[in-house]
Amino acid sequence: MGLTSMASASADPGRARVRTAWMFLAPTLIALAVVAGWPLARTIWFSFTDARLDDLTRYGFVGLDNYLAFDDGEWFGVLAEPDWWNAVSVTLWFTVVSVSLEVVFGLAVALALNVRFPLRGVVRAAILVPWAIPTVVSAKMWAWMLNDQFGVINYVLMGFGVITTPVAWTASADTALWAVLIVDVWKSTPFMALLFLAALQMLPQDCYEAAKVDGVGPVRALIHITLPLLRPAIITAVIFRALDALRIFDLIYVLTSNARSTMSMSIYARQQLVDFQDVGYGSAASTLLFLIIAMITISVIALGRLDFDKGATR
Amino acid sequence: MRRLLARSAFTLIVSGILIVALFPFYYALVSSFRTGTELFIPRLWPERFDLTNYAQIFTQQAFGLNILNSMLVAIVVVAVSLFLGMTAAYALARMRFRGRGPMLFLILAVSMFPQIAVLSGMFELVRALGLYDRLPGLMLANLVLTLPFTVWILTTFMRELPKELEEAAIADGATPWQTARLVFLPLMLPAMVPTGLLAFILAWNEFLFAFTLTLSSESRTVPVAIALLSGGSRQELPWGPIMAASVVVTLPLIVLVLIFQRKIVAGLTAGAVKG
Repeated sequence: MGLTSMASASADPGRARVRTAWMFLAPTLIALAVVAGWPLARTIWFSFTDARLDDLTRYGFVGLDNYLAFDDGEWFGVLAEPDWWNAVSVTLWFTVVSVSLEVVFGLAVALALNVRFPLRGVVRAAILVPWAIPTVVSAKMWAWMLNDQFGVINYVLMGFGVITTPVAWTASADTALWAVLIVDVWKSTPFMALLFLAALQMLPQDCYEAAKVDGVGPVRALIHITLPLLRPAIITAVIFRALDALRIFDLIYVLTSNARSTMSMSIYARQQLVDFQDVGYGSAASTLLFLIIAMITISVIALGRLDFDKGATR
Repeated sequence: MRRLLARSAFTLIVSGILIVALFPFYYALVSSFRTGTELFIPRLWPERFDLTNYAQIFTQQAFGLNILNSMLVAIVVVAVSLFLGMTAAYALARMRFRGRGPMLFLILAVSMFPQIAVLSGMFELVRALGLYDRLPGLMLANLVLTLPFTVWILTTFMRELPKELEEAAIADGATPWQTARLVFLPLMLPAMVPTGLLAFILAWNEFLFAFTLTLSSESRTVPVAIALLSGGSRQELPWGPIMAASVVVTLPLIVLVLIFQRKIVAGLTAGAVKG
C-alpha cells in the first residue's frame, strides 16, 4: 500500500515534467516542421513530378524520370547529365581543397595567436572581420580586386614582376575556380582559427613542460602533442566547413555567376529550378545534393567516432 | 640575437595575417571614395574623401529602403529565434525525457540542410501563404537557418547553469514557465547576446532565399541589392557605388563584431566544439 502510493507520487511529477518538456519544445518543433520539414518533403515530392515554376499547382507524376530515364535509346535525367557530374566534381574538388587549406592556415593563425604578445586582443578581433563581412559583399570586393583591367591584385603582381600580363581571374575558366577558392579561404580561415585557438587554450600545459624537460623541440611537440590533442576540434571544424563548402552558392553566384567551370551543385540546381523554371528537374538535383550531404555527414561522424574510440582505448 | 630574429619574424607573420585579413575591406573603403576615371587607376592609398558614390546609392537606388528591409527581417528573425530557442533549450537542457537525444540530433540535422534542398518547397509555401515578394516570407524562410543553431547554442549554455537555482524555484512552488522566465531568462542574457548576434549576422547576410523569394527592388534586402546593383550602361559595372554600398552594409557588422568579439568567440566555440 505504502509502496504503491510512493511510486505513484514520484511518477506523477515525472510525467508532468515530461509533458512540460514537450510543451516547451512544441513551438520550436512546429516552426521547424513548417520551415524545414514540409519544404524538404515538398522538394522531394516535386522531384518525382514535371512541375514548373510558373504554375506549381498543375503537375504530373513522372516517377524517377527526373533522376534517370531511358527513352528511345538515350539516357535522360540529372544522373545522365554531364553538366551535373561536372558540378559534382567542381563541388567536391572545391570542398577538399578549400577545407584543407583552411585547416592549415587556420592552425597557423591559431598557433600564432596562442603566443602572448602585445595587442593580441586587437589582432584576434581584426581577424573576425573577413568572417563578419556578408558573403555577397566579400564576393563583390574580391571581384573588384581581381578585375582583369583595373584590379589591384594584377597591379600589385605586375609591380612585383610576378606576372607580365593581367590575368582575367574570374572570367577565365582556368583561374575562376581558384578565384572562388581564394575568397572562400580568406573568408573562412578566421572561423577555423578561432575554433582551433579556443581548443589550444584548453590544452593541458603539463604535457609541454614534460616535453621540455625531455628535450623535445617545438616542432616535434607540435606534431606529437598539439596536433593529436587538437584532433577532436579539427574533426568538428572540418565537418562544419565541409558541409558549408558542399552547399556553396552565394560566393560563386556573385563572383562568376553561372559559368560552367565554377558551377557547384547548388548553382546547378538553382539554375534548373529558377532560370529554366523546371521545378521537377531542379528538385531532383536538390534532393541528390541533400542525399550526398546526409551521406557524407553520417560517414564522417561515424568515422570520427571510430577514431575517438581507438584513441580512448589506447 | 637569435631572439631578436625570432621576434621580428613573428611580428612579420602577425602583420601578414593582419594585412591579409583587413586589406580587402580597406581597399573597398579607399575605392568607395573614387569616381570616374580615378577608379580605374589602381592605387593603394586614398587621394581624396569624395562621398559622391554614397550619395548616389541612396538617391538613385532604393538602398535606404533595402537597409530598412534587412533590419526588419533580421530583427524579427532574431527575436523569434531567441524566443523559440530559449523555450526549446529549457526543455532540452534541463529536463530528462524520452526522445531528448533524437530531438537534439534532429535539430542539428536541420542545421546541416543545404538551403537549396528546401528552396522549391519554400517557394511553394511562401506563394501559398501570399507572402511572395514580401518581407514576412523572408522572415519565415530565414528561420530555417537561425532556429536550429540558436536552439543548439542556447542548450549548450543552459546545460552549464547550476541545478540548485532551479530546484529552489521548484521548491518555492514556481511553475515551469515561471522558472524559465524568472530564473533562467536573466541568467541566460549573457548567452543570448552572442547567439542573437550570430543569428542577426546570418539573417543579414542571407542571399539565396532573399534572391528567390523577392522580385521588386523595394522588397530586396541589402545582399540582393548589392548583387544586382547596376549602373547606367550595361557594359560597365558601377564599381564605385558597389564599393560604397559594401562599406555601408559591412560597417555596422564590423562595429558589432569588434564590440562583442569575446562573446562571439564564446558563442561560436560553444556551438561547434562542444557540439
